[in-house]
Amino acid sequence: MIPSAHLLTVLIFFPAVGSLALLLLRAEDHEWIRRLALTVATAEFLLSLLLLWGVPLGSSGYRLEEFIPWIKVAMTGGVPHYINYHLGVDGLSMFLVLLTTLLTPISMLASWHSVEKRIKEFFVTLLMLEVGIIGVFLSLDLFLFFLFWEVMLIPMAFLIGIWGHERRIYAAVKFVLYTMAGSILMLVGILWLYNVTGTFDLPAIQQALQNNPQILGGYRNELLLFLAFFIAFAIKVPLFPLHTWLPDAHVEAPTAGSVILASVLLKMGTYGMLRFCLPLFPEASHRCAWWVATLAIIGIIYGALVALVQPNLKKLVAYSSVSHLGFVVLGIFTFNTIAMQGAVFQMLAHGISTGALFLLVGMLYDRRHTFEINQYGGLATPLPKLSALFLFVVLSSLGLPMLNGFVGEYLILLGTYQVKWTWAAWAAVGVILSACYLLWSYQRVFFGDVTVEKNRSLADASSRERFILFAMCAVILWMGIGSSFITRRTANAVETVRQQMDRPSWQEGSAPTSPARIQLSVERLGTR
Amino acid sequence: MISFPHPDDFLRVLPELFWCGFGMLIMLLQPFVKSRHFLMFLALLGGLLGGVGTMVAGMNGGSAFYGLIQMDTFSFFFHLLISGVVCLVVLSADSYLEREHLDAAEFYALVLFATAGMGVLSGAQELLTAFIGLELSSISSYVLAGYRRDALKSSEASVKYFLLGSFATAFFLYGIALVYGSTGTTQLNLMSGADPGKVLLKLGLALILIGLCFKVAAAPFQVWTPDVYEGAPTPVTALFSAGPKAATFALLLRIFATVPAATHFWFWSFWVLAVLTMFAGNLGALVQTNMKRLLAYSSIAHAGYVLVAFAAVTTLADRGTDLGGIPAYAAVLFYLLSYALVKVGAFTIVSQLGGKGEKLTTLEDYAGLSQRQPVAAAALALFLLSLLGLPITAGFFGKFYVFKAAINSNLIWLAVLMAINSIIGAYYYLKVIVTMYMREPSGEAAALAPVPFPLTVNIVLVVSVLGTLYFGLFPGQTLNFLLHRALIATAR
Repeated sequence: MIPSAHLLTVLIFFPAVGSLALLLLRAEDHEWIRRLALTVATAEFLLSLLLLWGVPLGSSGYRLEEFIPWIKVAMTGGVPHYINYHLGVDGLSMFLVLLTTLLTPISMLASWHSVEKRIKEFFVTLLMLEVGIIGVFLSLDLFLFFLFWEVMLIPMAFLIGIWGHERRIYAAVKFVLYTMAGSILMLVGILWLYNVTGTFDLPAIQQALQNNPQILGGYRNELLLFLAFFIAFAIKVPLFPLHTWLPDAHVEAPTAGSVILASVLLKMGTYGMLRFCLPLFPEASHRCAWWVATLAIIGIIYGALVALVQPNLKKLVAYSSVSHLGFVVLGIFTFNTIAMQGAVFQMLAHGISTGALFLLVGMLYDRRHTFEINQYGGLATPLPKLSALFLFVVLSSLGLPMLNGFVGEYLILLGTYQVKWTWAAWAAVGVILSACYLLWSYQRVFFGDVTVEKNRSLADASSRERFILFAMCAVILWMGIGSSFITRRTANAVETVRQQMDRPSWQEGSAPTSPARIQLSVERLGTR
Repeated sequence: MISFPHPDDFLRVLPELFWCGFGMLIMLLQPFVKSRHFLMFLALLGGLLGGVGTMVAGMNGGSAFYGLIQMDTFSFFFHLLISGVVCLVVLSADSYLEREHLDAAEFYALVLFATAGMGVLSGAQELLTAFIGLELSSISSYVLAGYRRDALKSSEASVKYFLLGSFATAFFLYGIALVYGSTGTTQLNLMSGADPGKVLLKLGLALILIGLCFKVAAAPFQVWTPDVYEGAPTPVTALFSAGPKAATFALLLRIFATVPAATHFWFWSFWVLAVLTMFAGNLGALVQTNMKRLLAYSSIAHAGYVLVAFAAVTTLADRGTDLGGIPAYAAVLFYLLSYALVKVGAFTIVSQLGGKGEKLTTLEDYAGLSQRQPVAAAALALFLLSLLGLPITAGFFGKFYVFKAAINSNLIWLAVLMAINSIIGAYYYLKVIVTMYMREPSGEAAALAPVPFPLTVNIVLVVSVLGTLYFGLFPGQTLNFLLHRALIATAR
């Protein structure tokens, strides 16, 4: 079957149409609301599978492009400038879209019974969130990208703020303010870029900068622009000193919110770095690489150490995200093909494993209404099935070979080692630590004697829960064994980013050259 | 030699004639008409005819009455904006007046007079005419602010507004005198050749600027705003926050576009004003617990954003090119449009939810509103998101164009400061949304019953909501009109 020309538009707006249909249902028809929402989300997933045919193996550049001039913003010398409705997909965004469409129905299933108030609004919010996220991944116009990036905030904030736990409002507001702080600076950056290139269109800007980087007017400007984008993305990732919103948001969000937040939303940050920061501002990326990598490594180790001492299971998973995303950022900022491939893979793998972890933690919460580890213990006796599946996911998250976590981490470490072995060495500490905190917490929750009497009578995984978890585990296993299915398809996208970064650097006279940069560029040559 | 004005001159002030005419008609009919709905209808008709008159006047553009008034696309835009605002305000006032047992006829008459003042203000091409417009709108506003005679707060608002307002008008008048002394004319289009370095001119313009800054609530002349906005009847507050502000900004634009003002002095004045105003508004709003006060501080902040575009207008950077400061002008106009739509809508909801005597205006009373009145909550949330500047709302594009204008003129730092302010602003707008959607009502708010929304109010909301979304999704056409037609004196 050949995907039609408007597949991307359909993908973005189908959930919106679905949520409009949901609004027509009566708020009391809980069962029908759930079913309709799930049907819409599943149909969306099936639709998105068409992308696999839309982006054939070995293709480079954007596919399935849609281009409609939307808003005329200015007119200079008789040439109109437009904000365009420009969509496109390549190997990189395709899998992120697939991840989104897969996890949306899963998280709906996971909240089947755990969400009890304002059910209609809940599912509408989830679907609108999906609209925003898919829009972010498919936009090729900076303005459109920004629009979806901002619009997506509101449903997420509502998810946390309405259906979350005790401190939900604090967490929701913190989440929005953090993200907005970054994105408004990005807006300034976008407008600045428009000002020098006269367009919001990403490929066009890319071309303009490639042809004549001088239009930026000096390295200082490139650096400022880089920072305007990078900080927005770094907040989203979140990179080490900007991560404080994440534990709050995760802990307070309902299970579905946590899953989407961890699996997809964080990836918007790393996706942005790959899509915008590196190709548009290669020199600034190179010169900042040392700082970014250092922060990433701090994040890896710091996240792991905090996770190690967490008494709260959900917070533990949240901090493990900080640690794992550190790997992704490190992989991206080595500018090495292998490490970047690994980073892309790790984005997807983390999405699945951490998503599954949050689902499992949510299931425990449904039973006992607490995240405190010391409230559990010896759960393997009453919950044999759940604990087996939990172990599987834990192992994938800590990077057991054959499972998905391994591929990404291994590639990142391999690539990083080629560039700078010290970075790889530091990052490897994180791998060890992740085994520590995950296994230790697993042991405390599931092994030993049942310490709390209440836990003896807990019900094991229901068929709905088993279905969710088996699906996740199947994906985990498939990604671990058949990883080349993904890496072959992302390879060209990553290579394109690398090629776009080859831009003549600023004249030696115009900016002082730092020793770090010389070293890096030598190493870049070495890896060819 | 004095000749009778050309008949076309009257066409060019047709909207003002309609507004004044209907205002007087309503006053005359007051003893005879008992139905307040009929009066509302008359006032609405006056407002609408003002809009039609604007169309007619726009088709017969040109200057009127020996250059006192200019009917060009610029004032055409503002006249349309103002007549839109007045129609919405009249519609939202109907049920309010009924609820508060206030006299309708005087109210509508005063609103129409104030509107006529704003019309004159935005079309004036001569400073004394502008002064008359300013006074006409101000004096009606003083009375309107104190229209809830029995309420202490309303009287306080009126007195405060009157005292400070007349002080500011004095500044304005004195400024006119000095400008006259320096240039020998009060007619703006004759001033373009004046020497911008002249101290007397600078001083005069500075005094004018101060007078007008008071009217648009720019810091440090903003202190009256929260009290007046809070005390005035809410539909009047809606009018204040949209109408006079737009008209005064129109006059400011006209003055600073014609008088040679593209100097560092004016640039820095606007720069400082903008920064002060943004921070004063946003920081003030952070601690507010009353919706009316919160929106008042927010409107101070928004005046600051508009002033950012003014700073862009007065930079030398893009003077002399074919585009001139036009994008910045267009940004101001679009901003005022989006802002007026949203503010009127928001205040209408606040007015309707306020209950008798406007007792329910604290933030607490909005807890759980999404459950109690989902439609009103959704509309208010949309307006707040627009004020916050979130995409797919009009407010976003307003802010976007101001940003763009600032960056076009290389005012990166000002843009960054504005960005910081937007984030501060996000906090208090979110606070309201959070209260409406995420908090359970406690105390008295728990016992509140849904307030019915009459048809008139619903019309206002539908118009504001659709407008907010329309300008948020398809701003292109309007902006093009503003960019290419509403060029006023920049076309010189």
